[in-house]
Amino acid sequence: MKLRNPHLLTAAALMSALTISPALVAQDAASSDGEERDYQIQLPAPPEGEVTFQPPHERDLPDNQYGDMVRKGRDLFINTQSLRGKHVFNDQNCVNCHLDAGRLAHSAPMWAAFGVYPAYRGKNDKVNTLTDRMQGCFTYSMNGVPPEAGSEEIVALETYLHWLSTGAPINESLPGRSYPTLSEAEQEPDITRGAEVYAAQCAICHEDDGSGQQVGERWVFPPLWGDGAFNWGAGMHRVNTAANFIKANMPLGKPYSLTDQQAWDVAAFVNSHERPQDPRRRTMESLDETVDIYHNHMGFYGDEINGERLGEGDNYGENPTPSE
Amino acid sequence: MITISKVGGIALLLAAATPALAQQGDAERGGTSAVVCVACHQADGMGMNIPGGESWPRLAGMNADYLAKQLHDFKSGDRENMTMMPFANMLSDQQIADVAAYYAEMASWPELPTAYHAADPNKEGEWLAERGDWEDSTFIPACNQCHGPNGQGVGTTFPPLAGQHAGYIKNQLNAWREGTRHNDPNELMVGIAKRLSDEQVELIAEYYAELPESLAAADAQEQQEDAK
Repeated sequence: MKLRNPHLLTAAALMSALTISPALVAQDAASSDGEERDYQIQLPAPPEGEVTFQPPHERDLPDNQYGDMVRKGRDLFINTQSLRGKHVFNDQNCVNCHLDAGRLAHSAPMWAAFGVYPAYRGKNDKVNTLTDRMQGCFTYSMNGVPPEAGSEEIVALETYLHWLSTGAPINESLPGRSYPTLSEAEQEPDITRGAEVYAAQCAICHEDDGSGQQVGERWVFPPLWGDGAFNWGAGMHRVNTAANFIKANMPLGKPYSLTDQQAWDVAAFVNSHERPQDPRRRTMESLDETVDIYHNHMGFYGDEINGERLGEGDNYGENPTPSE
Repeated sequence: MITISKVGGIALLLAAATPALAQQGDAERGGTSAVVCVACHQADGMGMNIPGGESWPRLAGMNADYLAKQLHDFKSGDRENMTMMPFANMLSDQQIADVAAYYAEMASWPELPTAYHAADPNKEGEWLAERGDWEDSTFIPACNQCHGPNGQGVGTTFPPLAGQHAGYIKNQLNAWREGTRHNDPNELMVGIAKRLSDEQVELIAEYYAELPESLAAADAQEQQEDAK
């Protein structure tokens, strides 16, 4: 098994102002071919320290057009499946990875994200507005087609995020942002050990085959791999991101109950399964090229697992259209 | 046939994680064994709620695997209950499967709407059920996040809450908080129960007990308004 470490990129001015976790600093720094871009550089790790920010309560939402737009955004955030077939082409909702409707600290809360954009992201090598960032979620995590800038969907979501961030400082990384960064695994994350953790702790909700569970049309427990899951371009397919999320948030109601090693291992197990193709593959010559340019990080995309090479083929799940 | 007493260490662990006990039950035979259940759970399996007094749960329409697990757990003591233990002890593994099938097939659990609707932030019970209480590190997920839309249950593991008796729901939450009930798979319920306040326990119990009726009433009102 091969796990790539995230590259170090120094270009992001933001980084110098903020604490950088050692886990993000990789040993194999720059690529030798003169290619300076690193499509995988992430925003720096959230700062340590007590979470002090508290988003407002919905009972205090005003009864006016602004309040109505917040409610609309909240509904899209919780029930993103209402955009199924239009902007969403898998079984996910925003709230799956951002618990408590995007309010919960250490669960990538929206009030901590709102103020850090615009920000440079290595993922697309440009300064991203909040709209760009949310469109990225649609493209990858929702395996979808992003709503256009200025569309009602984007306005509603941005208004919801804006309201959640009432009183939060701008351009400052707040404690509780993103997922807490685990220190590097003591033992290399292991799929086999992860399978045991999964069977014991996760399968009861997400099923042995990772397909999740639904009641009627509603997904109660989201699929973790397969066509209903996030695609190979989503941040959650990175083993480190998934491990961080899992440690602080899973099993639901039992945060921080897994050991760090268990979180690493089960993240490796979940992310060693096939899922919808990375949409950027459409514009690439080959899987190898896609791996080289976009997948220099901790993930299994392009690796051979159980005799199959992950990311081979053109299964884009339900997504019918090429992305830009 | 493999019974729970015969399986080895690893299989036992699996059995603890997955409550579905692969034993085929016969509802007709179950009816014979269930004659002793009627006094409390009633002939129609609907149980009974005596406000301020005993509350015997509705069993009719519950998932058979879930019911079977509970009976096994009464025997083993994972679910401590002075009333139920002697009855469960009288049942063989086969009889447990039969009784479970009998009640599962007796009626359907009420099917409630699954469509998304926004929780009302001014209704505390509804808010807990649909949104939870995550403030101040309480980390209480919404009940429906595991028990399904409108708390109608999910699969064999997460029992329906809507339409269950208020006293029973309250007693169970308190049993977890006090430690007398510890048969939740992977301890998924105990931690949450312990982080609930007394008031929240009451709110949740009342909300779910009344939910099928309050949904029906809201639906009727809507239809009436549409007709105007």
